[in-house]
Amino acid sequence: MQENIFVDTYDVQSGEFQTTGDASGSIKRKLKQIGVDSTVLRRIAVASYEAELNLIIHSMGGRLTIQMNPERITLISKDVGPGIADLSKAMCEGFSTASEEARDLGFGAGMGLPNMKRNADGFDISSEVNVGTQIKMEFRLQ
Amino acid sequence: MTIKELLPVINARVLCGDDRLDQEVNSACGSDLMSDVLAFVKDKTVLITGLTNVHVMRTAEMLDIHCVIFARGKVPQEEILEEARELDIVVLTTEYTTFTTCGMLYEAGIRGTNERSGA
Repeated sequence: MQENIFVDTYDVQSGEFQTTGDASGSIKRKLKQIGVDSTVLRRIAVASYEAELNLIIHSMGGRLTIQMNPERITLISKDVGPGIADLSKAMCEGFSTASEEARDLGFGAGMGLPNMKRNADGFDISSEVNVGTQIKMEFRLQ
Repeated sequence: MTIKELLPVINARVLCGDDRLDQEVNSACGSDLMSDVLAFVKDKTVLITGLTNVHVMRTAEMLDIHCVIFARGKVPQEEILEEARELDIVVLTTEYTTFTTCGMLYEAGIRGTNERSGA
């Protein structure tokens, strides 16, 4: 196991639409400063933005964690509920339980989870109703 | 085609980013749904939209979209233009509808983003 050379965490509040992109923007700028390749960087930015949006739209609050070692970047989204009852449905493009408010802002089209999976080299999701959801995404650097 | 060259095509007015009009435009995406923009856009893309909230700029930032065109004559609030300036995004406005704007740009040789973002 390679040692992490960079670790960062961001708490994301439920329903705080005004802060959308604060965490992902900061992650993107920091990784750019470290010198992460722009193609990988854009995939990480999209995946983290989707994860951040999901925390704001759907969760009761959660945390984004980014870890980087010389081989890969790992992005973890962990929330405190409400959990996803049917994961296979949630992974379908177009399936959405987003609020009117989220849709009015241009989000909640049911593309988030599939888009995260498509952008990451590794994608793992687990969820338990009334407990929470955890998503782990990996991005290879070499 | 550069951003400067596409201005007369859609009779666009520059709202911010005057000094960055020499950038190349390889493709375009027309949508009011940022969720779909996040799923379809590649880089060097211009975004044509009628949505004028701050999330448009945040979405553009994540995708390296360097030019946003507001259709239907829309002009966003100053705070949104301020965000665009901070992110080095060129912002234009045109009186044409999204459909017509896309059609004119297509006729001028700009194509859509066919591949999805990601690997």
